[in-house]
Amino acid sequence: MSEKADYLAVDYSMRSWFCTLDHKRIGLLYLSSITVFFAIGAAAAAAMRIALLSPSGDLIVSDVYNRLFTLHGVIMIWFFLIPAVPNVLGNFILPLMIGARDVAFPRLNLASWYIFMTGASLVLYAIAAGGVDTGWTFYTPYSSTYSNSHVMVMAAGVFIAGFSSIFTGLNFIVTIHRMRAPGLTWFRLPLFVWSLYSTSIILVLATPVLALTLLLMALERGFGVGIFDPKIGGDPLLFQHLFWFYSHPAVYIMILPGMGVVSETLACFSRKAIYGYKVMAFAILMIATLGFLVWGHHMFVSSQSVYAGVVFSLLSFLVSVPSAIKVFNWTATLHRGSIRLDAPMLYALGFMGLFTVGGLTGLLLAMMAVDVHVHGTYFVVAHFHYVMVGGMVMAYMGGIHYWWPKISGRMYHEWTARIAALLIFLGFNLTFFPQFVLGYLGMPRRYYTYPAEFHSLNVMSTAGASILGLGYLLPLFYLTWSFFRGPMAGPNPWNATGLEWRTSSPPPTENFAATPVVTTGPYAYEPEEK
Amino acid sequence: MTTPFFSTLWLEEASTVAKRTDFAAAGLLAVSVLLVAVLAAVNLYFIIRYRRGSPAPRPPARIPSWKIETFWIAATTVCFLGFFAWGTRIYLDIERPPAGADEISVIGRQWMWDVRQPNGRREFNELHVPTHTPIRLLLTSEDVIHSFYVPAFRLKQDVVPGKQVSLWFNASKEGTFSLFCSEFCGSKHANMTGVIVAESPGRYADWLAQGDAMGDSFARGETLFLRYGCSGCHTQPSSVHAPSLEGIYGRRVPVTGGGFALVDDFYLRDCILLPGKVAPAGYPLIMPSFQGVVPEGDLVELIAYIKRLGAGDRGGSTPGMTP
Repeated sequence: MSEKADYLAVDYSMRSWFCTLDHKRIGLLYLSSITVFFAIGAAAAAAMRIALLSPSGDLIVSDVYNRLFTLHGVIMIWFFLIPAVPNVLGNFILPLMIGARDVAFPRLNLASWYIFMTGASLVLYAIAAGGVDTGWTFYTPYSSTYSNSHVMVMAAGVFIAGFSSIFTGLNFIVTIHRMRAPGLTWFRLPLFVWSLYSTSIILVLATPVLALTLLLMALERGFGVGIFDPKIGGDPLLFQHLFWFYSHPAVYIMILPGMGVVSETLACFSRKAIYGYKVMAFAILMIATLGFLVWGHHMFVSSQSVYAGVVFSLLSFLVSVPSAIKVFNWTATLHRGSIRLDAPMLYALGFMGLFTVGGLTGLLLAMMAVDVHVHGTYFVVAHFHYVMVGGMVMAYMGGIHYWWPKISGRMYHEWTARIAALLIFLGFNLTFFPQFVLGYLGMPRRYYTYPAEFHSLNVMSTAGASILGLGYLLPLFYLTWSFFRGPMAGPNPWNATGLEWRTSSPPPTENFAATPVVTTGPYAYEPEEK
Repeated sequence: MTTPFFSTLWLEEASTVAKRTDFAAAGLLAVSVLLVAVLAAVNLYFIIRYRRGSPAPRPPARIPSWKIETFWIAATTVCFLGFFAWGTRIYLDIERPPAGADEISVIGRQWMWDVRQPNGRREFNELHVPTHTPIRLLLTSEDVIHSFYVPAFRLKQDVVPGKQVSLWFNASKEGTFSLFCSEFCGSKHANMTGVIVAESPGRYADWLAQGDAMGDSFARGETLFLRYGCSGCHTQPSSVHAPSLEGIYGRRVPVTGGGFALVDDFYLRDCILLPGKVAPAGYPLIMPSFQGVVPEGDLVELIAYIKRLGAGDRGGSTPGMTP
């Protein structure tokens, strides 16, 4: 192999980073920006957990608290969870995984980062100017008429960031269709590529609906056009239908790529093909499709039609079937494997456990009578944190560790990484499990003050959050150290299959010296005999 | 902390639906716990037995994967459909109020619950109800969306501006239970709480009969009927051809465009706010809309008045009512 400079070493100037068209460098631009946003969102969460140590709410007053949970939701969902796996790991790994030199539209790729940052700047401005108190859901008519906060700027930020999602989705769809290496047929694609493909389709189809909804809300707030406020002839439930028509598929935008990461990691660290590969690929497509038809399960108590509710409940149970199949097949993948518990594998196993709990509690919420009781309580908060944080963030962390040697060319300290993974798992459960109980006992969400009987469980949750916070801080340090000082990884430290491991680490700008040719399925692992 | 920790982990079942909801939740929870336990055990077993370098044999699988997957898909689908049916059965009962339930009006506004009992007695952030009696709440909001949530009843209903919705329950236990607003509604959302006071029908009737300083809703409604000018057309004799409202409540009336409508709270509300939508047949459409003119509280009292106009002793079914 000729000694060409890797993508990190070709040029060190600021200009070479901010004007780069290299998908790998754009991936790192996203990585650094969403890490900052995650820190901001996490700080808001920490402030809320500290405030909730006391039931009387005397540490943080209601108006500040309301701004904190809005900030936390908006930042974490639109500026961390949605871009996390697709825009960081997807950008970096997808072209490598399919044997391409870049994504289909490198300039659009860079543009989407700038659009994302423009949206983020507006949101940060809205926060600095005094914040927004509507919750990330922007329910009308509160958001359009009653809220005295910077709703318009915040909504504009989310609106603009949406175009970045659409562009990335479009870019990935075309890349996967047009740029696969010779021999890489659809059913030889790694499941991570399938998951990115489905995610991209959702991004392209659903995000415009969010843009439209926010635009209508802004029309009402800014110009008094009656769309959602009944006082001027609107219908508040229309907003909820439109909002969840985007936001429920958005849940799958957040979880599907995580499922893809977990499939890659499990196969590699048990040295076995993923059990039932085709069913796993179809399950991803089924989830993406059915995910568009279940938005009304957010509205069982909203006074929507009873019979519409029944249909939404049925479809919500059905969308869980492919998710359940995935969990069973991952377990079956371990059977007769050759298993090592390295840090990425710990995250993958953690994902399986927490996602299962998140999914099963989702069934409780799909059961209409139970939802009538726990809707709008901490039960829902716990449920979606099990899926979003227990599922998606675990998968993202696992993916970062798994592909870190490829991204940085270096290894991290394995035992520190394992300890961090365990801390995150334990801290997470201690934070959010008590919230299931709180919710079933009736504690509503978005309360800065609460009755004394909920005190002990809230203290427990805050204690857990401090462990969770420590768990998230550790990787920040040891990965940064590894990036500059870690031992060299070599092209394929995990001895993994997959085209991304067939080039040097870090890869050269053009990824591959010669375009690879694919002759086997994605997980051609041989069990290693020691 | 004064209360022992474990005593805080229990929530009373104070309505007829609470036990059923808890039982359904416990059913699904039991299956979930079992599934998580089995998955955890199997995963742990595989991780130990098939750790890298272990001597365990690893022959290729004998059963083709599609057979196992078909089994998994079928089993989960059947199980899930069972729980769907269970939850839906209870939900339909929650949504279908029994005939003849006593009606209490609840108005949500930033940041209080404004309650009018059947005889017009008002209370704020407090709702007295008789036990073992079906009660139907008619809820609406004056500003943003609120949500009326009584954890001990396992019941909740969003209270949406611009429309009236209903929530019914049958309190099965005497006591004082928390009432929360569970849809974010602004600064004092967390303070929009109250209590439900469930007492025996006898004590409730006594409480209701005490009334309050604001007088009876029939009298208040009559004043409003004059003040908003309703009486100009709807009281006979009148030069305007408008339907008489005497004894109209509970009847079926023909409406413009064919068909009949049952005159209930929802219909009267529409007639006042959107007269063109559901006009009774045979009358010229001359009534103006009162949308934005009559506030929710007045609307409730106007309807209460019309309800009992010429109803004679029919209104006497409500305990403690003083017509």
